[in-house]
This record gives sequence, C-alpha cells and structure tokens, in this order.
Amino acid sequence: MRSTITIAAGLTLIGTAVAAEPLTVYAPDYFASEWGPGPAIKAAFEASCSCEIDYVTGDVLPRLRLEGERTRADVVIGLNTDDAERARATGLFAPHNVDTMGLTMPVDWEDDVFLPFNWGHTAFVYDTTRVDDVPDSFRDLVDNHPDLTLAIQDPRTSVSGLAMALWMHRVFGEEATDAWAALAPRIVTVTKGWSESYGMFTDGEVEMVLSYTTSPAYHLIAEDDDTKKAAIFPEGHYVMVETAGQLARTDQPDLAQAFMDFILSEEFQSIIPEGNWSLPAKLPPERMPEGFAALAMPEVALIYDSAEAEALRDTVIAEFEAGMAAR
Amino acid sequence: MTTGTRLGHIATGAVAAALLLPLGAVAWRAEGWSGFRASDGHVLWFTLWQAMVSAALSILLAVPVARALARRRFPGRGWVVLLLGAPFILPVIVAVLGLVAVFGRTGAVNTALGWADLGPVSIYGWQGVILAHVFFNMPLATRLILQGWLAVPGERLRLAASLGFAPGDTFRLLEWPMLRGVVPGIFLVIFLICTTSFAVALALGGGPRATTVELAIYQAFRFDFDLSRAALLGAVQLCLGGAAALLSLRLTLPSGFGAGLDRAVPRWDSGGWGLRVQDSAAILLACLFLLLPMVLVLSQGALAVTGLPASVWWAAVRSLAVALTAALATTALAFVMAQAATGARGGWAEVIGTLSVAASPLVLGTGLYVLLLPVVNPVSMALPVTVFVNAVLALPFALRALIPAMRDLDRDYGRLSASLGLGGLAWVRLVALPRLRRPLGFAAGLTAALAAGDLGVIALFASPDQATLPLVLYQLMGAYRMEDAKAAALILVALSLGLFWLFERGGRHAGA
Repeated sequence: MRSTITIAAGLTLIGTAVAAEPLTVYAPDYFASEWGPGPAIKAAFEASCSCEIDYVTGDVLPRLRLEGERTRADVVIGLNTDDAERARATGLFAPHNVDTMGLTMPVDWEDDVFLPFNWGHTAFVYDTTRVDDVPDSFRDLVDNHPDLTLAIQDPRTSVSGLAMALWMHRVFGEEATDAWAALAPRIVTVTKGWSESYGMFTDGEVEMVLSYTTSPAYHLIAEDDDTKKAAIFPEGHYVMVETAGQLARTDQPDLAQAFMDFILSEEFQSIIPEGNWSLPAKLPPERMPEGFAALAMPEVALIYDSAEAEALRDTVIAEFEAGMAAR
Repeated sequence: MTTGTRLGHIATGAVAAALLLPLGAVAWRAEGWSGFRASDGHVLWFTLWQAMVSAALSILLAVPVARALARRRFPGRGWVVLLLGAPFILPVIVAVLGLVAVFGRTGAVNTALGWADLGPVSIYGWQGVILAHVFFNMPLATRLILQGWLAVPGERLRLAASLGFAPGDTFRLLEWPMLRGVVPGIFLVIFLICTTSFAVALALGGGPRATTVELAIYQAFRFDFDLSRAALLGAVQLCLGGAAALLSLRLTLPSGFGAGLDRAVPRWDSGGWGLRVQDSAAILLACLFLLLPMVLVLSQGALAVTGLPASVWWAAVRSLAVALTAALATTALAFVMAQAATGARGGWAEVIGTLSVAASPLVLGTGLYVLLLPVVNPVSMALPVTVFVNAVLALPFALRALIPAMRDLDRDYGRLSASLGLGGLAWVRLVALPRLRRPLGFAAGLTAALAAGDLGVIALFASPDQATLPLVLYQLMGAYRMEDAKAAALILVALSLGLFWLFERGGRHAGA
C-alpha cells in the first residue's frame, strides 16, 4: 500500500505544477478541452497581462453548488441561460459591469450578472444525401414525415435536450405533450448527452439529430463536406445563450473583471465561431469566417429568459415524459 | 486469527468506510429532504427486471462458451480468450455505436434481414438495454466461469475418463457442482453491474421508460442538484446490493471434492463429433457477437491513429499510470480480503467486497469531493481519487476470482500448512502465490483494464491537463471529431487489453 500512496502523490504533482495565483475559471469540458475555444482564449488573455488562467472542467453548476462559499472559482464560464437562474440563486455572483451595447444576438439582453459570450439556435440537422423531403416547419415535422427518424438528448440530463423541451413548449403550448407523442414513434433514441446522438447521426443510424444551426459549419469548414444541413422552421428556433459570471468572493477582483471585460472584445469573440462552432455574442458579420455566411439561419429566434425557463422546467420535462410514455 | 486474516478484516472495514462515508457526506451536504417520487417505483422495477434478465442471459450464454474454451485447444485460443474480454472494458459510448452498427436500423443484421425479406428488428427499447448488457457482461461471465472450469483438478477428469463417464455424467458429477459453486457469485456481480448502469439504458432504451436508478441519481445530482435524493437513491442501490449479496452467499455451495495434485491434465471427454460441433459453434457465435461490433467501430478509427496529437498519447500515459496503481491496490486488497472471507466470520468481507459494485460511482465521487473539499483542493487530487475509486469498484471482480480459489487452497492445503507451521510471508510465498497466480493475475489484469477505461470519477474532478484517455475520447466527440474519437477508442482498447494480457500471462505461466 505504501507504494500506492507514493505513486498517488507523484500523480498529484503532475497536476499541480502551476505558478502562484492564477485566475481560476470553471468551464465545461468541451470549452476548456484542447479542441474547444478555451486554450486560444487563455493564450490571448494571458498575452494581455502578466497573469495566468487555470481552467477547472466538469459540470460547472453542480460543482459550484457543492462548494458554495468555499469555491476557488474566480470566474465561471459556460452557464446556459436555462441554468442561470439556479446559479443566480446561489448568491455567489457579482454583477458583470460590462457594457452590453451592440450585441449581435437576436434576443435582448438585460441580465446584469451573467454576460453572454456565445449563442446558437437549437435545430434538427440532417444529411442531404439521405433526406429528400425535408420538413418545412416544426408543425410539418410533427404531423407528417412518418419515416423520418430522430435522435435527441434527454431533457433531464442535457442542456440541449432541455432546450428542445422548452422549444416544444414555446411552439406548441398546451399541445406540447401531444406533439411529443406524435414525434415519439420516430424518436429512435434519447441519449444522455449530445455526443452520443450526434455519433449515431454521423454513423447513419438516424436521419435527423437534435443539434444546432451551426453544426453544418463544422462539416463545411473542417471537413469540406456540404451535405449536412439544418432544417429551418418558420415557427422559430429556440436560442441557447452561454454566459459567464464573476464570483463575488473572488480574491482577485481586478483580474476577474479584466477577464469579464475581455469576453466581449473582438479578440475573444473571433475565437468563438471555429473554436466552439457557435455564434459569437458580439462580432460584426464581416468578421465571421466564410463558411458561416453560407449557413441557413432562422428568421425567428425564440427564448425564455432565465427566470421563465426556470419556472417552466418541471412543466416541460413532464410534457416530455408524458408524451414519450404514450408511445 | 492469522495476520493475513486480521489485515483482511481491517481492509474490509476500510472498504466499508469508503462506501458509506461518501454516501453520508452527500446526505449531510443536502439542503432539506425530498423523499421518493411516485415514478420511483417504476424506475426501481425496471432496474431490477432488466438487471435480472441481463445477468441470467449473460450466464446462460457464457456457460457453453466457457465449457468449449475449457476443453478445446486450438491455434489462436489464447487470442480468442483475450479478445473475448474486450467488450467489458469498452467505453459505453463506443460499445453503443458498435452495437448500433451491427443491430441498428441500418446495421448489418437488419440489412441481412432485409435481403431475406424479413421485417427489421429494433435494438431500441428493453431489448436493446438487455442486448448491450449481455454484450458487456457475457465476456466477464465467460472468463469467470472459465476460471472455475480450469480449477477442476485434472485427477478428477482422469478418474472420470477411466470410469467411462459420458458427457452427461461429467456434467452431472463434476461440472454441475463446480457451476453451483461459482455461478451464484457471478450472477450477483453481473446483476449489480446492470443495476448501476445508465448510459446504456438511456442510449438504447429509447426513452424515459427505460430509466434506471443510476440515471435518476445522475438527474438528481446534475440537473436538480437534489443531493438528498441522490443520497437516498444511492442508499437504495446499496441496500439492494447488500440484500442480493446475502442471498447469493446462501445459494453458493462449496464444490466439495478432495484435493488433487494440482496439475492440469488434458480433457479426455472432448472427443466425438457432436461435442466438437457444439463447441465450435459456441466459440464461433460468441466471437461474432462480441467482436463484430468492436471491429466495425474501431476500424473506422484505425486510419486516424497516426494523426492524433501528442496530448492524446499523454492522456494514454496517465491512464496507464492510473491502471497500474489501481491494479496493485485492488490485488493487495482482494488478497487479504479473500483470506478474511475464507476464515471465521468472513461472510461480511465477501458481502462488503461485493457491495462496492452496487455503489453509485456518481455518489461515491461526489461524496469524496465533499469530504476532500475542506482539506485540499479536490482538483489536485483528480488522479489519486480516480485510482482510489477504481480500486474499490474493481474489488468485487477480483474477489469473485480469488475467493473460490482461496477457499480451495484453504481446504486442500490448510491442514498441511498448519501442521508444518507455515504462516505469514512464508505461506504467501510458498503456498498462496504459486497456487493463486492465475486468479491474482486475472484480478490485476481486469482491474487495470477497467481503470484504464473508466470515465466516471475523473469527469467530476479533472482539470484539462489531467485528462485521461476516456475523457479525451469524450472531448473529441464533443468537438465533432468522431474519427479521432474512434482512434482514441482504439488506443484505449489496445491499452486495456495489453494490460490485461500482460497480467494474465504472468498468472498463466504458473501452471497450465
């Protein structure tokens, strides 16, 4: 057992060889991983100051609530609007103090605690080589197309799944349960997270997958493949906005504020499109990468603000459960 | 009580604490009590039902395969035995994609059925959940039952042959008692694994009706942040595991033969074309069922392996370190706990050792996080915690392999050792290690393979520069890089199987 402890201690050292007092940023895994926007943002911010960013990854909100006042976080990034109310309720956050004029988002922004940094529409993505008859509205998808198979994410475990449940509620209102029931026979599978669904889609197991309007941009830009498209519905698409917030009890308030100010800078924002494959919160269209201009975008953007989303959460999950059970 | 047994009882106490303290910590950290929900009854029922069917099917299918492997020698048999172990250590997401490639709507099976003008079969629903669980656990059952078969002393088979036993007699008098001895424990372990799985149930269950207790825990923790509910469900799962463990203790019968000369002897009951065909079919079908899904997924990653960035290889190194440390810890723990389990009042060592498979990894990880928080920065402990949790979670498998062997050792050599006054390290070196090399190697190999492939805990703790290979795999998938993710999966499988093979080889060179 002693050798175990020695090895374990050795392993600890691998992870902690970092200089004094970096800015601790809690971020979701996809954000801070080598393949997300995190590393480029870290490099850009560190170039502007003699400081260091330390990402801590994982489920941001549960971790924060677990830690409460003890948290080591200075800044939290990657909180979805649908989760924001719960984060606000912890009372751990301070105002962002950033001017939100000139945001390039289709929804108004009045939250003074959580600052948006990127956004995207929830959408059903399909492969043009496999789907000829594309639904031209959400209603059309629900009522017709009996052979079109779908993979979605569970609203009880995934933010994109929750966004779809809110989307269904927004579009179908009282009939949301019926709409779920109508979709249910075609929903081949409900996965825990986005990756499993999307993997099944790219492997050809389903014709459509719950994803984002920006997903085709990845295939277009990174793989030179223009066969992936998002179906655009005139009823509108639910918008997921990702935000950042600074902790009230941070021991480095100036550095935390500097990072908050950095978020809406062009330097940060221009990393987002091809870093997170989503739409920056504040970037003029002419600065967007080429492939994004070719994307089909919905004209109507739907969203519940964080308080409404929180109030509706149980309702829309009950609609999902009731509709799917009726299958 | 010998030193070993005493150590075993201490280790058992430590494991019990490691299971219960985190649960208590989660409950303590909870804000208010929420109690059960109306839908929990259905969740519990589905969990138990699918676990029962999955475990029973896994074992029923494993028996003929294990028997075929026990009595046949053919070129490449070692490879077959090794590769059959692979599904068990596969990351869930990879296994699901593999099963979908074979049994999915556009998979090989349905394409073939389509040619034959037969209607498609659906993998989604309870049948998919069970299929996936059998895919994961049948190899484990095969391996564990095979251990039992190989432990039948050669003298008995020689005697059986000289008495002119028909295959039926061999089964009734030699093999059935052996199965009675090992199967209840194996059934229990697989049953418990199936009660704690949830990513499979969700991906192939096809909807909210296929909700398991572990999924409800995940939901309570991740989405509702209802720690009291997570702790409550975690406790339910542990109680279930405890009840099942006690039940299986009662069902397990000692095989009850005398000792043999402890040498392997060729099987003399394997002649005859009927048996030959039967065994070949069993092995062939098992290979098809278990290997085809893996080949289909992993081959897609083969081309991308060379293009992977260095960070993926570093993650592999980290996984390797975690695997080796966990293997060492588990094997040592299991060795002393098996001694305690075979001694007086040893039942609790077996129950506690089995229980850890019923512990929710999520509750365990969260509880450890809560416990560590006041003392150190939990993020800096990511890898040690991963090692610790894996060492505890792999314990039931190690004990499953070790306890029967230790029991035989005690029965066959206990009196001789006692009369020679052999004890302590001399006993370990001269009696235990040579006789137990095979199950010890198996336990170490399995733990290493499982720990290398584990995602559960690291995801709760890690910072980006501590990512292990399974975490990197998920990161790649989350960034649309499905090809690279499959390449990472290929490395992961190679790493896990390599470790398993090395440890097993060390064990196998003891005897046969």
